[in-house]
Amino acid sequence: MDAILLQILNGLDKGSAYALIALGLTLIFGTLGVVNFAHGALFMIGAFCAVTLSRILTLSHQVVDETRKDFLGNPLQVDVPYVYDWFGEAGGSAIIDWAVPLSILFAIPIMLLIGIIMERGLIRHFYKRPHADQILVTFGLAIVLQEVIKYYYGANPIPTPAPAAFTGSFDFGAALGFDPNTIIYPYWRIIYFAFAALIIGAVFAFLQFTTYGMVVRAGMADRETVQLLGIDIDKRFTMMFGIAAAVAGLAGVMYTPINSPNYHMGMDFLVLSFVVVVVGGMGSLPGAVLAGFLLGILESFASMKEVLELLPGINQIIIYLVAIIILLTRPRGLMGRKGVMEE
Amino acid sequence: MGILEVKNVGKRFGGLQALNDVNLSVAENSVHAIIGPNGAGKSTLLNCFVGKLIPDTGSVMFDGQSVLGRKPYEINQMGISRVFQTPEIFADLTVMENMMIPCFAKRDGAFRMHAIESIPNEKDIIAKAEHMLEDMNLSDHRDMHAASMSRGDKRRLEIAMCLAQDPRLLLLDEPTAGMARADTNNTIDLLKRIKDERDITIAIIEHDMHVVFSLAERITVLAQGTPLVEDTPDNIKGHPKVREAYLGETQTAA
Amino acid sequence: MFGLNKRDTGLIAIVTVLVILAPFILNPFPEGSAMAQFNAGYPDLMQRFVIFGIFAIGFNLLFGLTGYLSFGHAAFLGVGSYGAIWMLKLFSLNVIPSIIMGVIVAGIFALAVGFVSLRRSGIYFSILTLAFAQMSYALAYSVLTPITGGETGLQIKSTDSPLLSNLEPGEIGRASLFGLDMRSSFEIEMGDWLFTFNTGYYLAGIVMILAFYLAIRITRSPFGMMLRAIKSNQQRLNYTGLNARPYTLAVFVISGMYAGLAGGLMVAMDTQVGPERMFWTASGEVVLMTILGGAGTLIGPVLGAGFIKYMENIISKINKGILEQWFAFMPDGIEDLLITLVYPFVGKGWHLTLGLMFMAVVIFLPGGLVEGGQRIGRVFRRRDRKSEHAEADAAKQRNTPAE
Repeated sequence: MDAILLQILNGLDKGSAYALIALGLTLIFGTLGVVNFAHGALFMIGAFCAVTLSRILTLSHQVVDETRKDFLGNPLQVDVPYVYDWFGEAGGSAIIDWAVPLSILFAIPIMLLIGIIMERGLIRHFYKRPHADQILVTFGLAIVLQEVIKYYYGANPIPTPAPAAFTGSFDFGAALGFDPNTIIYPYWRIIYFAFAALIIGAVFAFLQFTTYGMVVRAGMADRETVQLLGIDIDKRFTMMFGIAAAVAGLAGVMYTPINSPNYHMGMDFLVLSFVVVVVGGMGSLPGAVLAGFLLGILESFASMKEVLELLPGINQIIIYLVAIIILLTRPRGLMGRKGVMEE
Repeated sequence: MGILEVKNVGKRFGGLQALNDVNLSVAENSVHAIIGPNGAGKSTLLNCFVGKLIPDTGSVMFDGQSVLGRKPYEINQMGISRVFQTPEIFADLTVMENMMIPCFAKRDGAFRMHAIESIPNEKDIIAKAEHMLEDMNLSDHRDMHAASMSRGDKRRLEIAMCLAQDPRLLLLDEPTAGMARADTNNTIDLLKRIKDERDITIAIIEHDMHVVFSLAERITVLAQGTPLVEDTPDNIKGHPKVREAYLGETQTAA
Repeated sequence: MFGLNKRDTGLIAIVTVLVILAPFILNPFPEGSAMAQFNAGYPDLMQRFVIFGIFAIGFNLLFGLTGYLSFGHAAFLGVGSYGAIWMLKLFSLNVIPSIIMGVIVAGIFALAVGFVSLRRSGIYFSILTLAFAQMSYALAYSVLTPITGGETGLQIKSTDSPLLSNLEPGEIGRASLFGLDMRSSFEIEMGDWLFTFNTGYYLAGIVMILAFYLAIRITRSPFGMMLRAIKSNQQRLNYTGLNARPYTLAVFVISGMYAGLAGGLMVAMDTQVGPERMFWTASGEVVLMTILGGAGTLIGPVLGAGFIKYMENIISKINKGILEQWFAFMPDGIEDLLITLVYPFVGKGWHLTLGLMFMAVVIFLPGGLVEGGQRIGRVFRRRDRKSEHAEADAAKQRNTPAE
């Protein structure tokens, strides 16, 4: 029982990332009908927003510290981040410590902007082109984005720690009445899951309960009719692209403490997120979220020692295997609508 | 016993009973029209003939064999060809290539791995395709992309492609929809000529009464998924039930 | 000739001449000159030209004709490579059985993958093939290590003693064609020029010409016409009594066998294989080659493969020193500026250039290099003749399948 619980928990953080990326992919596909292979790159850029902010916050100038001497006996030159000057040493170090959560504020406008520029500048010219062309141009864009990041940030993963307050682990085992130390779970992963749930909830609430969201959903169902009503649906769809980009970006920001960001992390997640979207059902938002968590948890079960002894290597292929089986038995995915991508 | 026997066919889409206990017999070598107001279930019925839809109840027999559960290509190989409402042709291929494909399908069946044969060596196919183009007055367009033809020419090409297979039953789904008067008349003449020259049964779904009454030998009137009457054109013209079905439609439409 | 029309015969004649004379054509600059870095006439690169040419030709048979975009084609190349290297290790150092093995193994694998994937079309097909390829990669990398050598892959080792080859104990076998070492070359020096003629290259070149010939025959055959009909209108095809599934499956398997052939040849050249050959970026690369050259055209994939492999080789070799040489004639400030601007795109930045090229082609030139060439050709012809004529001619040209 505790082992099962542990695996479910372990699957949640990866599942959260899959769900967030797949949600954005589906949002773009449902509104604009575009298959966005550059979505993984947006996730990666989000992660590098966090890296960038923590670098900005630690920008320093040198100050001579009279109280300390270097080995020659001269006064020591120390690097003092500018934030120390502005907020005092305690405030400044707290800000630096909280760089990752702060990056959320930093990333939202940047990701929205990137998303909108991408849609207006590139994707909109591809609505009428075949899906193959959309795949190819966004694939090219993904390569470009990841190479640009590689050029400026190098090829190595950049450790970006969570705030010190969240570095420990929570003993679920003890809390739930099992033996202590059987279900240890890092705080940050709990945060990540809660954060993902919050974002997903916000997106759904936005679509469900605001007039803006209602119009967008109407546009997803029947674009032309909505246009005939005199509503500029294109503008709203552009906005949705921006929101999808922001969702992917935030998923990336918060993922940095779990896995140090590197330039190809987007591609790694993208392939799996596509599989998630297809399993969930092309065009279905709840399907994408459901499939994201399901596959994340399934993957973590497949990584259990007992399972691996029985079926070696299954953790590497389980997601693909499930996708193949689902596509063949339920061609529209778990919650797919009829008539999506079936021409 | 007709060449196409439809017995007790019913089809439901969710809450909508699209077809309800449809019985229909199309006599061999006749022209049979199925008419009815919008939403009467004409296209649904046609789709049940060609394997695109499978009815929930009833049977569809072609020449004594059931077509239900067969794939569209199998049904076509049995001898049923279909002309669509908007011409379905191979738009990226040349007119000649469009014409050759049904000739191959007729000769070689549903699949043949003729991967290293060369097309110019297929003399019989070329001759047949060229003959059909000639016959349909399309020879001038031989090497054109099918996409760049006029709508009337596309329609003729599609009919020619169907005829190249020497089908025993030709299904036409509103063949003159969206056509100008002159094109409509040309199509009527063409279909008349086909009927006279070949041993072929034609089943036609049509909105345009001018087309129906110029061609059909028997007419079935469908309303709300059920056949109202089946009779000769002359008897249908003044039939009270038919007037009711159509007038009812115009009233609601207005 | 050979069952081809005049234009196609001309095309294959040109390709044949280019393949034979490549060691000369690709080495236009004398050894030791500043331009020598643009030479491509060395065996390793020339082998890659023709082998990736075969890979792209095969991919194009599937994608160009039917429009089914496989995003996992590298898996077949990889599987073919593994099949081929085991033949070299166990059976014979002669490359012929090993290449044949590569083709067969890839064909069988493609049959299995195609049987499942082709039940769906469009984006679903792309993702299914991608899923299969990633699965193969993951398996080759981990569980199947006894067969695939895992991360390090497989090489010919001194402990291998193939059945049909007499090796001294401890001798490392070398792949050969009936005793002719694949790596053997002979060189001709002409003044400052050095030309290298390599056995492996010529074997791969001949195989490519044959593969190209076969691809033309398939494209021009009734079968090829059916495949184009599938791309054009599957609905009409179904209602014309033709079953699309066996057609797509057949061409999928043929295409997989081409990939296996390329994989087998790679093994014949460098006698090694690793799982990264199956990674999905490798699949993306062959898509790019085909698109760049011109999907659906005959010569396009070969051009695309050559172009990308050449650019990769040349651009990734350019470093800061070379840039400084190039821009040395400029005033200092402008020189520095130019170097700063260009530097991200060369050397290690090759992939950036590749991605930009990819986007540019898809955006501005969906028909690839072949279409680009035709457009330029049309412009010139229009100048020559009176405008009306040229227009009609251009329209006609659009309507005949491009070469």
